[in-house]
Amino acid sequence: MTVEVAPVQTPTRPPVLSVPIAPRAHTAERGVPETKVVIKDLRFYYKTFEALKGISLDLYDRRVTSFIGPSGCGKSTLLRVLNRIYALYPGQRATGEVLVDGEDILAPGQDLNLLRARIGMVFQKPTPFPMSIYDNIAFGIRLYERLSAQDLDARVEQALRRAALWDEVKDKLKQSGLSLSGGQQQRLCIARAIAVKPEILLLDEPCSALDPLSTQRVEELIAELKSDYCIVIVTHNMQQAARSSDYTAFMYLGALVEFDETESIFTHPRERQTEDYITGRFG
Amino acid sequence: MSPYNRRRVTNVIVLGLCFAATGLALLVLFLILGALLVNGLPALNLDLFTEATPAPGNHGGLVNAIYGSAVMTAIATLIGTPVGILSGTYLAEYGRGSALAPAVRFINDILLSAPSIVIGLFVYQAMVVRMGHFSAWAGAVALAILVVPVVVRTSEDMLNLVPAGLREAAFALGTPHWKVVVMVTYRAAIQGMMTGVMLAVARIAGETAPLLFTALNNQFSSTDLSAPIANLPVVIFQFAMSAYPDWQRLAWGGALLITFAILVLNIFARLLASWSGETK
Repeated sequence: MTVEVAPVQTPTRPPVLSVPIAPRAHTAERGVPETKVVIKDLRFYYKTFEALKGISLDLYDRRVTSFIGPSGCGKSTLLRVLNRIYALYPGQRATGEVLVDGEDILAPGQDLNLLRARIGMVFQKPTPFPMSIYDNIAFGIRLYERLSAQDLDARVEQALRRAALWDEVKDKLKQSGLSLSGGQQQRLCIARAIAVKPEILLLDEPCSALDPLSTQRVEELIAELKSDYCIVIVTHNMQQAARSSDYTAFMYLGALVEFDETESIFTHPRERQTEDYITGRFG
Repeated sequence: MSPYNRRRVTNVIVLGLCFAATGLALLVLFLILGALLVNGLPALNLDLFTEATPAPGNHGGLVNAIYGSAVMTAIATLIGTPVGILSGTYLAEYGRGSALAPAVRFINDILLSAPSIVIGLFVYQAMVVRMGHFSAWAGAVALAILVVPVVVRTSEDMLNLVPAGLREAAFALGTPHWKVVVMVTYRAAIQGMMTGVMLAVARIAGETAPLLFTALNNQFSSTDLSAPIANLPVVIFQFAMSAYPDWQRLAWGGALLITFAILVLNIFARLLASWSGETK
Protein backbone atom coordinates (compact mmCIF):
# COMPACT_ATOMS: atom_id res chain seq x y z
CA MET A 1 0.00 0.00 0.00
CA THR A 2 1.31 3.43 -0.87
CA VAL A 3 0.66 6.02 1.77
CA GLU A 4 0.08 9.54 0.62
CA VAL A 5 0.59 11.98 3.41
CA ALA A 6 -0.92 15.38 2.84
CA PRO A 7 0.90 18.28 4.44
CA VAL A 8 -0.67 19.62 7.59
CA GLN A 9 -1.02 23.36 7.26
CA THR A 10 -2.43 24.37 10.60
CA PRO A 11 0.31 25.20 13.06
CA THR A 12 -1.95 25.29 16.13
CA ARG A 13 -3.55 21.87 15.49
CA PRO A 14 -7.19 21.98 16.58
CA PRO A 15 -8.96 18.67 17.40
CA VAL A 16 -8.72 16.56 14.27
CA LEU A 17 -11.97 14.67 14.56
CA SER A 18 -15.22 16.10 15.76
CA VAL A 19 -17.12 13.14 17.16
CA PRO A 20 -18.45 12.36 20.61
CA ILE A 21 -15.61 10.93 22.64
CA ALA A 22 -15.72 8.76 25.72
CA PRO A 23 -15.03 10.60 28.98
CA ARG A 24 -11.45 10.47 30.20
CA ALA A 25 -10.34 7.03 31.31
CA HIS A 26 -9.01 8.34 34.56
CA THR A 27 -11.62 10.27 36.50
CA ALA A 28 -12.28 10.64 40.18
CA GLU A 29 -15.21 8.23 40.38
CA ARG A 30 -13.58 5.54 38.21
CA GLY A 31 -10.29 5.54 40.05
CA VAL A 32 -6.79 4.86 38.78
CA PRO A 33 -6.81 2.09 36.16
CA GLU A 34 -5.16 -1.17 37.15
CA THR A 35 -2.99 -2.94 34.63
CA LYS A 36 -4.48 -6.30 33.64
CA VAL A 37 -2.37 -7.36 30.68
CA VAL A 38 1.22 -6.46 29.87
CA ILE A 39 2.39 -7.17 26.34
CA LYS A 40 6.16 -7.10 25.85
CA ASP A 41 7.94 -7.21 22.51
CA LEU A 42 5.29 -9.45 20.96
CA ARG A 43 6.16 -10.82 17.54
CA PHE A 44 3.81 -13.00 15.54
CA TYR A 45 4.50 -15.18 12.53
CA TYR A 46 2.26 -16.76 9.90
CA LYS A 47 4.81 -19.38 8.82
CA THR A 48 7.68 -17.00 7.97
CA PHE A 49 5.71 -13.78 7.50
CA GLU A 50 6.11 -11.46 10.46
CA ALA A 51 2.64 -10.03 11.15
CA LEU A 52 3.41 -8.32 14.47
CA LYS A 53 6.74 -6.59 14.78
CA GLY A 54 7.48 -6.20 18.45
CA ILE A 55 4.35 -4.86 20.10
CA SER A 56 4.54 -3.55 23.67
CA LEU A 57 1.34 -2.39 25.27
CA ASP A 58 -0.61 -2.44 28.53
CA LEU A 59 -4.31 -3.20 28.85
CA TYR A 60 -6.25 -1.96 31.86
CA ASP A 61 -8.88 -3.66 33.97
CA ARG A 62 -12.39 -2.19 33.86
CA ARG A 63 -11.48 -0.13 30.84
CA VAL A 64 -12.17 -0.52 27.12
CA THR A 65 -9.20 -0.50 24.79
CA SER A 66 -9.72 -0.34 21.05
CA PHE A 67 -7.31 -1.44 18.33
CA ILE A 68 -7.67 0.55 15.12
CA GLY A 69 -5.78 0.60 11.86
CA PRO A 70 -6.16 -0.26 8.18
CA SER A 71 -6.90 -3.83 7.06
CA GLY A 72 -3.91 -6.10 7.44
CA CYS A 73 -2.26 -3.95 10.12
CA GLY A 74 -2.31 -6.84 12.59
CA LYS A 75 -4.99 -5.66 15.02
CA SER A 76 -7.05 -8.87 14.75
CA THR A 77 -3.86 -10.91 14.94
CA LEU A 78 -2.96 -9.14 18.17
CA LEU A 79 -6.41 -9.90 19.59
CA ARG A 80 -6.09 -13.56 18.59
CA VAL A 81 -2.84 -13.83 20.53
CA LEU A 82 -4.53 -12.76 23.75
CA ASN A 83 -6.58 -15.97 24.08
CA ARG A 84 -4.14 -18.01 21.99
CA ILE A 85 -6.88 -18.98 19.56
CA TYR A 86 -4.19 -18.79 16.85
CA ALA A 87 -2.71 -21.96 18.35
CA LEU A 88 -5.43 -23.96 16.54
CA TYR A 89 -3.52 -23.44 13.33
CA PRO A 90 -0.18 -25.04 12.66
CA GLY A 91 2.37 -22.61 11.30
CA GLN A 92 1.24 -19.69 13.45
CA ARG A 93 3.44 -18.74 16.39
CA ALA A 94 4.10 -15.90 18.75
CA THR A 95 7.24 -14.82 20.61
CA GLY A 96 7.69 -12.32 23.38
CA GLU A 97 5.63 -12.04 26.55
CA VAL A 98 1.96 -11.56 27.26
CA LEU A 99 1.49 -11.27 31.03
CA VAL A 100 -2.05 -11.64 32.31
CA ASP A 101 -2.01 -10.79 36.03
CA GLY A 102 1.73 -11.35 35.86
CA GLU A 103 1.54 -14.81 34.29
CA ASP A 104 2.97 -15.35 30.82
CA ILE A 105 0.25 -16.93 28.70
CA LEU A 106 2.70 -17.67 25.88
CA ALA A 107 4.75 -19.91 28.16
CA PRO A 108 4.74 -23.59 27.20
CA GLY A 109 2.53 -25.78 29.37
CA GLN A 110 -0.31 -23.27 29.61
CA ASP A 111 -3.68 -25.00 29.90
CA LEU A 112 -5.37 -23.35 26.95
CA ASN A 113 -8.87 -24.39 27.99
CA LEU A 114 -8.53 -22.77 31.40
CA LEU A 115 -6.91 -19.72 29.82
CA ARG A 116 -9.79 -19.32 27.39
CA ALA A 117 -12.29 -19.65 30.20
CA ARG A 118 -10.72 -16.51 31.70
CA ILE A 119 -10.54 -14.67 28.39
CA GLY A 120 -13.78 -14.64 26.39
CA MET A 121 -14.02 -13.75 22.72
CA VAL A 122 -16.74 -12.55 20.37
CA PHE A 123 -16.20 -12.76 16.65
CA GLN A 124 -16.93 -10.59 13.65
CA LYS A 125 -19.61 -12.88 12.29
CA PRO A 126 -22.19 -14.01 14.85
CA THR A 127 -21.46 -17.68 15.63
CA PRO A 128 -24.40 -19.18 17.49
CA PHE A 129 -23.96 -22.92 17.97
CA PRO A 130 -26.47 -25.13 16.15
CA MET A 131 -28.53 -25.69 19.29
CA SER A 132 -31.26 -23.93 21.25
CA ILE A 133 -30.88 -20.39 22.61
CA TYR A 134 -30.84 -21.82 26.12
CA ASP A 135 -28.20 -24.43 25.32
CA ASN A 136 -26.03 -21.85 23.58
CA ILE A 137 -25.59 -20.15 26.96
CA ALA A 138 -25.70 -23.28 29.12
CA PHE A 139 -23.03 -24.98 26.99
CA GLY A 140 -20.19 -22.84 28.34
CA ILE A 141 -21.43 -22.88 31.94
CA ARG A 142 -21.68 -26.69 31.93
CA LEU A 143 -18.03 -26.89 30.91
CA TYR A 144 -16.91 -25.52 34.26
CA GLU A 145 -19.68 -25.91 36.77
CA ARG A 146 -22.09 -28.60 37.85
CA LEU A 147 -25.28 -26.75 38.66
CA SER A 148 -28.80 -27.83 39.52
CA ALA A 149 -31.38 -27.21 36.80
CA GLN A 150 -32.69 -24.27 38.82
CA ASP A 151 -29.30 -22.62 39.26
CA LEU A 152 -28.49 -23.17 35.61
CA ASP A 153 -31.75 -21.52 34.59
CA ALA A 154 -30.86 -18.57 36.78
CA ARG A 155 -27.38 -18.26 35.29
CA VAL A 156 -28.72 -18.42 31.73
CA GLU A 157 -31.27 -15.73 32.53
CA GLN A 158 -28.63 -13.58 34.18
CA ALA A 159 -26.30 -13.81 31.17
CA LEU A 160 -29.11 -13.03 28.73
CA ARG A 161 -30.23 -10.08 30.85
CA ARG A 162 -26.71 -8.66 30.97
CA ALA A 163 -26.54 -8.95 27.20
CA ALA A 164 -29.86 -7.09 26.95
CA LEU A 165 -31.43 -10.03 25.13
CA TRP A 166 -33.62 -11.61 27.80
CA ASP A 167 -36.83 -9.72 27.01
CA GLU A 168 -36.61 -10.66 23.35
CA VAL A 169 -35.96 -14.38 23.83
CA LYS A 170 -37.46 -15.36 27.20
CA ASP A 171 -40.47 -16.97 25.50
CA LYS A 172 -38.49 -18.95 22.94
CA LEU A 173 -35.47 -20.30 24.78
CA LYS A 174 -36.01 -23.72 23.18
CA GLN A 175 -35.79 -22.34 19.65
CA SER A 176 -32.59 -22.63 17.63
CA GLY A 177 -30.05 -19.88 18.14
CA LEU A 178 -29.86 -19.66 14.37
CA SER A 179 -33.46 -18.42 14.23
CA LEU A 180 -32.50 -15.05 15.74
CA SER A 181 -31.69 -11.92 13.74
CA GLY A 182 -28.03 -10.96 13.18
CA GLY A 183 -27.99 -8.40 15.98
CA GLN A 184 -29.69 -10.79 18.39
CA GLN A 185 -27.26 -13.55 17.41
CA GLN A 186 -24.33 -11.27 18.21
CA ARG A 187 -25.79 -10.39 21.62
CA LEU A 188 -26.38 -14.11 22.17
CA CYS A 189 -22.66 -14.66 21.51
CA ILE A 190 -21.76 -11.91 23.99
CA ALA A 191 -24.11 -13.48 26.55
CA ARG A 192 -22.46 -16.85 25.92
CA ALA A 193 -19.02 -15.33 26.45
CA ILE A 194 -19.89 -13.58 29.73
CA ALA A 195 -21.89 -16.54 31.07
CA VAL A 196 -18.65 -18.33 31.95
CA LYS A 197 -17.52 -15.26 33.95
CA PRO A 198 -14.32 -14.36 32.14
CA GLU A 199 -12.00 -11.58 33.32
CA ILE A 200 -11.19 -10.25 29.88
CA LEU A 201 -13.53 -9.85 26.92
CA LEU A 202 -12.11 -9.72 23.38
CA LEU A 203 -14.38 -8.32 20.68
CA ASP A 204 -13.22 -8.78 17.08
CA GLU A 205 -15.15 -6.25 14.98
CA PRO A 206 -18.35 -7.23 16.78
CA CYS A 207 -20.55 -4.77 14.91
CA SER A 208 -19.25 -4.97 11.36
CA ALA A 209 -22.05 -7.37 10.32
CA LEU A 210 -24.78 -5.46 12.17
CA ASP A 211 -27.15 -2.65 11.24
CA PRO A 212 -26.82 0.74 13.03
CA LEU A 213 -29.56 -0.01 15.56
CA SER A 214 -28.04 -3.33 16.59
CA THR A 215 -24.63 -1.66 16.66
CA GLN A 216 -25.97 0.91 19.09
CA ARG A 217 -27.32 -1.81 21.36
CA VAL A 218 -23.98 -3.64 21.36
CA GLU A 219 -22.15 -0.39 22.14
CA GLU A 220 -24.49 0.30 25.04
CA LEU A 221 -23.75 -3.20 26.19
CA ILE A 222 -19.99 -2.57 26.03
CA ALA A 223 -20.42 0.61 28.07
CA GLU A 224 -22.39 -1.38 30.62
CA LEU A 225 -19.97 -4.32 30.77
CA LYS A 226 -16.82 -2.29 31.21
CA SER A 227 -17.56 -1.79 34.87
CA ASP A 228 -16.67 -5.47 35.35
CA TYR A 229 -14.31 -6.52 32.62
CA CYS A 230 -11.14 -5.64 30.83
CA ILE A 231 -12.53 -5.19 27.31
CA VAL A 232 -10.55 -5.10 24.09
CA ILE A 233 -12.30 -4.22 20.85
CA VAL A 234 -10.97 -4.36 17.31
CA THR A 235 -12.86 -2.01 15.04
CA HIS A 236 -12.78 -0.45 11.60
CA ASN A 237 -15.22 2.17 12.73
CA MET A 238 -13.37 5.21 14.10
CA GLN A 239 -16.50 6.71 15.60
CA GLN A 240 -17.06 3.47 17.45
CA ALA A 241 -13.55 3.52 18.87
CA ALA A 242 -14.00 7.16 19.89
CA ARG A 243 -17.42 6.58 21.45
CA SER A 244 -16.83 3.42 23.36
CA SER A 245 -13.18 3.08 24.35
CA ASP A 246 -11.04 4.61 27.05
CA TYR A 247 -7.77 3.79 25.33
CA THR A 248 -6.95 3.48 21.66
CA ALA A 249 -4.04 1.76 19.96
CA PHE A 250 -3.35 2.69 16.36
CA MET A 251 -1.50 0.01 14.43
CA TYR A 252 0.03 0.06 11.00
CA LEU A 253 1.85 -2.70 9.09
CA GLY A 254 2.26 -4.90 12.15
CA ALA A 255 3.65 -2.16 14.38
CA LEU A 256 2.07 -0.14 17.14
CA VAL A 257 2.22 3.46 15.98
CA GLU A 258 0.56 5.16 18.90
CA PHE A 259 -1.18 4.19 22.10
CA ASP A 260 -2.86 6.65 24.42
CA GLU A 261 -6.12 7.64 26.00
CA THR A 262 -8.80 7.75 23.36
CA GLU A 263 -9.35 11.44 23.87
CA SER A 264 -5.72 12.26 23.14
CA ILE A 265 -5.58 9.97 20.10
CA PHE A 266 -8.64 11.53 18.52
CA THR A 267 -7.97 15.15 19.42
CA HIS A 268 -4.22 15.57 19.51
CA PRO A 269 -2.47 12.55 18.04
CA ARG A 270 1.30 12.74 18.36
CA GLU A 271 2.06 10.83 15.16
CA ARG A 272 1.36 12.11 11.67
CA GLN A 273 0.28 8.59 10.56
CA THR A 274 -2.35 8.41 13.30
CA GLU A 275 -3.77 11.77 12.36
CA ASP A 276 -3.89 10.86 8.67
CA TYR A 277 -5.71 7.65 9.45
CA ILE A 278 -8.33 9.01 11.79
CA THR A 279 -9.08 11.92 9.50
CA GLY A 280 -9.54 9.50 6.63
CA ARG A 281 -6.56 10.53 4.49
CA PHE A 282 -5.54 6.94 4.10
CA GLY A 283 -6.63 3.48 5.12
CA MET B 1 -16.05 -13.10 -41.75
CA SER B 2 -15.96 -10.38 -39.13
CA PRO B 3 -14.64 -11.35 -35.69
CA TYR B 4 -18.09 -10.79 -34.25
CA ASN B 5 -19.78 -13.17 -36.70
CA ARG B 6 -17.07 -15.74 -36.24
CA ARG B 7 -17.66 -15.63 -32.52
CA ARG B 8 -21.38 -16.07 -33.03
CA VAL B 9 -20.93 -19.07 -35.32
CA THR B 10 -18.48 -20.65 -32.86
CA ASN B 11 -20.98 -20.10 -30.10
CA VAL B 12 -23.78 -21.80 -32.06
CA ILE B 13 -21.56 -24.78 -32.91
CA VAL B 14 -20.33 -25.31 -29.34
CA LEU B 15 -23.81 -24.87 -27.93
CA GLY B 16 -25.11 -27.44 -30.45
CA LEU B 17 -22.41 -29.92 -29.44
CA CYS B 18 -23.29 -29.49 -25.77
CA PHE B 19 -26.96 -30.11 -26.45
CA ALA B 20 -26.16 -33.16 -28.59
CA ALA B 21 -23.89 -34.68 -25.91
CA THR B 22 -26.46 -34.08 -23.17
CA GLY B 23 -29.21 -35.53 -25.36
CA LEU B 24 -27.13 -38.63 -26.09
CA ALA B 25 -26.45 -39.23 -22.40
CA LEU B 26 -30.11 -38.78 -21.50
CA LEU B 27 -31.19 -41.00 -24.38
CA VAL B 28 -29.06 -43.88 -23.12
CA LEU B 29 -30.37 -43.37 -19.59
CA PHE B 30 -33.99 -43.40 -20.74
CA LEU B 31 -33.39 -46.46 -22.94
CA ILE B 32 -32.07 -48.34 -19.93
CA LEU B 33 -34.89 -47.20 -17.65
CA GLY B 34 -37.43 -47.91 -20.38
CA ALA B 35 -36.16 -51.45 -20.95
CA LEU B 36 -36.18 -52.02 -17.19
CA LEU B 37 -39.77 -50.84 -16.87
CA VAL B 38 -41.05 -52.69 -19.93
CA ASN B 39 -39.44 -55.98 -18.91
CA GLY B 40 -39.49 -55.59 -15.16
CA LEU B 41 -43.02 -54.37 -14.47
CA PRO B 42 -44.71 -57.59 -15.68
CA ALA B 43 -42.48 -59.53 -13.27
CA LEU B 44 -43.58 -57.47 -10.29
CA ASN B 45 -46.15 -59.25 -8.17
CA LEU B 46 -46.64 -60.21 -4.57
CA ASP B 47 -44.91 -63.57 -5.02
CA LEU B 48 -41.69 -61.70 -5.81
CA PHE B 49 -41.61 -60.59 -2.18
CA THR B 50 -42.91 -63.76 -0.55
CA GLU B 51 -41.37 -66.76 -2.32
CA ALA B 52 -37.78 -67.91 -2.61
CA THR B 53 -35.84 -68.30 -5.85
CA PRO B 54 -37.27 -71.30 -7.72
CA ALA B 55 -35.70 -74.15 -9.64
CA PRO B 56 -35.98 -73.69 -13.42
CA GLY B 57 -39.57 -74.10 -14.62
CA ASN B 58 -41.06 -73.63 -11.16
CA HIS B 59 -42.97 -70.71 -9.74
CA GLY B 60 -41.05 -68.50 -7.26
CA GLY B 61 -39.89 -65.09 -6.13
CA LEU B 62 -36.84 -63.26 -4.84
CA VAL B 63 -37.51 -62.96 -1.12
CA ASN B 64 -34.32 -64.77 -0.07
CA ALA B 65 -32.24 -62.57 -2.38
CA ILE B 66 -33.92 -59.40 -1.15
CA TYR B 67 -33.33 -60.51 2.43
CA GLY B 68 -29.68 -61.38 1.77
CA SER B 69 -29.01 -58.06 0.07
CA ALA B 70 -30.73 -56.11 2.84
CA VAL B 71 -28.88 -57.94 5.63
CA MET B 72 -25.44 -57.64 4.02
CA THR B 73 -26.01 -53.99 3.13
CA ALA B 74 -27.13 -53.28 6.70
CA ILE B 75 -24.14 -55.03 8.30
CA ALA B 76 -21.73 -53.39 5.85
CA THR B 77 -23.19 -49.98 6.68
CA LEU B 78 -23.00 -50.65 10.41
CA ILE B 79 -19.32 -51.62 10.12
CA GLY B 80 -18.29 -49.07 7.54
CA THR B 81 -20.05 -45.94 8.83
CA PRO B 82 -18.34 -45.59 12.23
CA VAL B 83 -14.93 -46.36 10.73
CA GLY B 84 -15.54 -43.88 7.93
CA ILE B 85 -16.91 -41.10 10.13
CA LEU B 86 -14.12 -41.45 12.69
CA SER B 87 -11.44 -41.43 9.97
CA GLY B 88 -13.08 -38.44 8.32
CA THR B 89 -13.14 -36.71 11.72
CA TYR B 90 -9.44 -37.40 12.18
CA LEU B 91 -8.66 -35.91 8.77
CA ALA B 92 -10.82 -32.81 9.23
CA GLU B 93 -10.33 -32.08 12.93
CA TYR B 94 -7.20 -33.66 14.32
CA GLY B 95 -4.88 -34.35 11.41
CA ARG B 96 -4.30 -30.74 10.38
CA GLY B 97 -0.64 -30.12 9.93
CA SER B 98 0.35 -33.73 10.63
CA ALA B 99 2.26 -35.79 8.11
CA LEU B 100 -0.09 -38.75 8.57
CA ALA B 101 -3.25 -37.00 7.36
CA PRO B 102 -2.19 -36.41 3.73
CA ALA B 103 -1.01 -40.05 3.56
CA VAL B 104 -4.35 -41.32 4.91
CA ARG B 105 -6.22 -39.07 2.51
CA PHE B 106 -4.17 -40.33 -0.45
CA ILE B 107 -4.65 -43.99 0.45
CA ASN B 108 -8.36 -43.37 0.97
CA ASP B 109 -8.60 -41.86 -2.50
CA ILE B 110 -6.96 -44.98 -3.94
CA LEU B 111 -9.44 -47.15 -2.06
CA LEU B 112 -12.27 -44.96 -3.32
CA SER B 113 -11.39 -45.73 -6.93
CA ALA B 114 -10.22 -49.33 -6.44
CA PRO B 115 -12.11 -51.79 -8.68
CA SER B 116 -14.64 -53.56 -6.49
CA ILE B 117 -13.62 -56.96 -7.85
CA VAL B 118 -10.16 -56.46 -6.35
CA ILE B 119 -11.77 -55.90 -2.97
CA GLY B 120 -13.83 -59.09 -3.51
CA LEU B 121 -10.65 -61.03 -4.24
CA PHE B 122 -8.96 -59.60 -1.16
CA VAL B 123 -11.80 -60.66 1.13
CA TYR B 124 -11.89 -64.05 -0.62
CA GLN B 125 -8.24 -64.57 0.32
CA ALA B 126 -8.59 -63.09 3.79
CA MET B 127 -11.86 -64.67 4.88
CA VAL B 128 -13.36 -67.21 2.50
CA VAL B 129 -10.19 -69.27 2.07
CA ARG B 130 -9.55 -69.32 5.83
CA MET B 131 -13.12 -70.16 6.76
CA GLY B 132 -13.23 -72.80 4.03
CA HIS B 133 -16.53 -71.61 2.57
CA PHE B 134 -18.42 -68.61 1.23
CA SER B 135 -20.48 -66.65 3.75
CA ALA B 136 -22.74 -63.69 4.26
CA TRP B 137 -20.18 -62.29 6.73
CA ALA B 138 -17.51 -62.21 4.03
CA GLY B 139 -19.95 -60.48 1.68
CA ALA B 140 -20.78 -57.87 4.32
CA VAL B 141 -17.09 -57.22 5.03
CA ALA B 142 -16.36 -56.77 1.32
CA LEU B 143 -19.21 -54.27 1.06
CA ALA B 144 -18.05 -52.51 4.26
CA ILE B 145 -14.65 -51.96 2.65
CA LEU B 146 -16.49 -50.19 -0.17
CA VAL B 147 -18.47 -48.06 2.28
CA VAL B 148 -15.47 -46.78 4.25
CA PRO B 149 -13.73 -44.60 1.63
CA VAL B 150 -17.00 -42.98 0.52
CA VAL B 151 -17.94 -42.09 4.09
CA VAL B 152 -14.40 -40.90 4.93
CA ARG B 153 -14.41 -38.55 1.98
CA THR B 154 -17.90 -37.11 2.52
CA SER B 155 -17.43 -36.80 6.31
CA GLU B 156 -14.18 -34.91 5.87
CA ASP B 157 -15.69 -32.65 3.22
CA MET B 158 -18.77 -31.91 5.30
CA LEU B 159 -16.73 -31.19 8.44
CA ASN B 160 -14.48 -28.89 6.42
CA LEU B 161 -17.57 -26.97 5.32
CA VAL B 162 -18.32 -26.05 8.94
CA PRO B 163 -17.25 -22.40 9.20
CA ALA B 164 -13.92 -21.93 10.97
CA GLY B 165 -15.57 -19.20 13.03
CA LEU B 166 -17.98 -21.66 14.62
CA ARG B 167 -15.14 -23.96 15.63
CA GLU B 168 -13.10 -21.02 16.95
CA ALA B 169 -16.08 -19.76 18.93
CA ALA B 170 -16.37 -23.13 20.64
CA PHE B 171 -12.63 -23.24 21.39
CA ALA B 172 -12.77 -19.64 22.63
CA LEU B 173 -15.03 -20.77 25.46
CA GLY B 174 -12.31 -23.15 26.56
CA THR B 175 -14.10 -26.21 25.23
CA PRO B 176 -11.96 -29.37 25.00
CA HIS B 177 -11.35 -30.51 21.43
CA TRP B 178 -13.46 -33.68 21.58
CA LYS B 179 -16.40 -31.70 22.90
CA VAL B 180 -16.05 -29.11 20.15
CA VAL B 181 -16.27 -31.95 17.63
CA VAL B 182 -19.15 -33.83 19.22
CA MET B 183 -21.28 -30.92 20.41
CA VAL B 184 -20.67 -28.32 17.73
CA THR B 185 -19.13 -29.44 14.45
CA TYR B 186 -20.99 -32.77 14.25
CA ARG B 187 -24.25 -30.95 14.89
CA ALA B 188 -23.49 -28.50 12.14
CA ALA B 189 -22.43 -31.19 9.66
CA ILE B 190 -24.67 -34.12 10.57
CA GLN B 191 -27.07 -33.85 7.65
CA GLY B 192 -24.29 -33.72 5.09
CA MET B 193 -22.57 -36.67 6.73
CA MET B 194 -25.79 -38.70 6.69
CA THR B 195 -26.15 -37.86 3.00
CA GLY B 196 -22.70 -39.37 2.47
CA VAL B 197 -23.69 -42.55 4.29
CA MET B 198 -26.79 -42.85 2.15
CA LEU B 199 -24.81 -42.44 -1.04
CA ALA B 200 -22.47 -45.17 0.18
CA VAL B 201 -25.44 -47.47 0.80
CA ALA B 202 -26.73 -46.72 -2.69
CA ARG B 203 -23.33 -47.59 -4.07
CA ILE B 204 -23.04 -51.01 -2.39
CA ALA B 205 -26.68 -52.00 -2.91
CA GLY B 206 -25.97 -52.85 -6.53
CA GLU B 207 -22.42 -54.21 -6.25
CA THR B 208 -22.01 -57.65 -7.81
CA ALA B 209 -18.29 -58.28 -8.23
CA PRO B 210 -17.27 -58.32 -4.55
CA LEU B 211 -20.16 -60.66 -3.70
CA LEU B 212 -19.25 -63.26 -6.35
CA PHE B 213 -16.12 -64.10 -4.35
CA THR B 214 -17.62 -63.79 -0.90
CA ALA B 215 -21.34 -64.36 -0.33
CA LEU B 216 -21.69 -66.26 -3.61
CA ASN B 217 -25.34 -67.24 -3.82
CA ASN B 218 -27.82 -69.66 -2.33
CA GLN B 219 -30.69 -71.45 -4.06
CA PHE B 220 -32.51 -71.74 -0.78
CA SER B 221 -33.74 -69.41 1.90
CA SER B 222 -31.00 -69.04 4.48
CA THR B 223 -30.59 -66.69 7.40
CA ASP B 224 -27.29 -68.23 8.50
CA LEU B 225 -24.68 -65.48 8.21
CA SER B 226 -21.79 -67.96 8.13
CA ALA B 227 -23.24 -69.70 5.09
CA PRO B 228 -23.50 -68.51 1.49
CA ILE B 229 -26.48 -66.24 1.07
CA ALA B 230 -28.63 -65.24 -1.88
CA ASN B 231 -28.47 -61.60 -2.93
CA LEU B 232 -30.08 -59.56 -5.68
CA PRO B 233 -27.04 -58.66 -7.81
CA VAL B 234 -25.67 -62.20 -8.05
CA VAL B 235 -29.16 -63.69 -8.58
CA ILE B 236 -29.74 -61.19 -11.38
CA PHE B 237 -26.39 -62.14 -12.88
CA GLN B 238 -27.12 -65.87 -12.71
CA PHE B 239 -30.77 -65.73 -13.78
CA ALA B 240 -30.22 -63.28 -16.62
CA MET B 241 -27.48 -65.51 -18.09
CA SER B 242 -29.67 -68.61 -17.88
CA ALA B 243 -31.73 -70.09 -20.74
CA TYR B 244 -34.97 -70.26 -18.74
CA PRO B 245 -37.60 -67.58 -19.51
CA ASP B 246 -39.08 -67.58 -15.98
CA TRP B 247 -35.59 -67.03 -14.47
CA GLN B 248 -34.97 -64.22 -16.94
CA ARG B 249 -38.27 -62.65 -15.96
CA LEU B 250 -37.25 -62.73 -12.27
CA ALA B 251 -33.89 -61.17 -13.19
CA TRP B 252 -35.72 -58.24 -14.80
CA GLY B 253 -37.90 -57.88 -11.73
CA GLY B 254 -34.85 -57.87 -9.45
CA ALA B 255 -33.07 -55.34 -11.64
CA LEU B 256 -36.07 -53.02 -11.47
CA LEU B 257 -36.22 -53.42 -7.68
CA ILE B 258 -32.55 -52.54 -7.17
CA THR B 259 -32.68 -49.58 -9.53
CA PHE B 260 -35.79 -48.28 -7.83
CA ALA B 261 -34.27 -48.71 -4.36
CA ILE B 262 -31.10 -46.84 -5.39
CA LEU B 263 -33.20 -44.10 -6.98
CA VAL B 264 -35.17 -43.66 -3.75
CA LEU B 265 -31.95 -43.58 -1.69
CA ASN B 266 -30.45 -40.96 -3.98
CA ILE B 267 -33.54 -38.78 -3.89
CA PHE B 268 -33.63 -39.06 -0.12
CA ALA B 269 -29.94 -38.14 0.10
CA ARG B 270 -30.60 -35.10 -2.12
CA LEU B 271 -33.52 -34.02 0.04
CA LEU B 272 -31.44 -34.39 3.18
CA ALA B 273 -28.65 -32.32 1.64
CA SER B 274 -30.94 -29.52 0.48
CA TRP B 275 -32.73 -29.53 3.81
CA SER B 276 -29.42 -29.09 5.63
CA GLY B 277 -28.58 -26.24 3.26
CA GLU B 278 -31.71 -24.38 4.31
CA THR B 279 -31.15 -24.56 8.03
CA LYS B 280 -27.69 -22.97 7.83
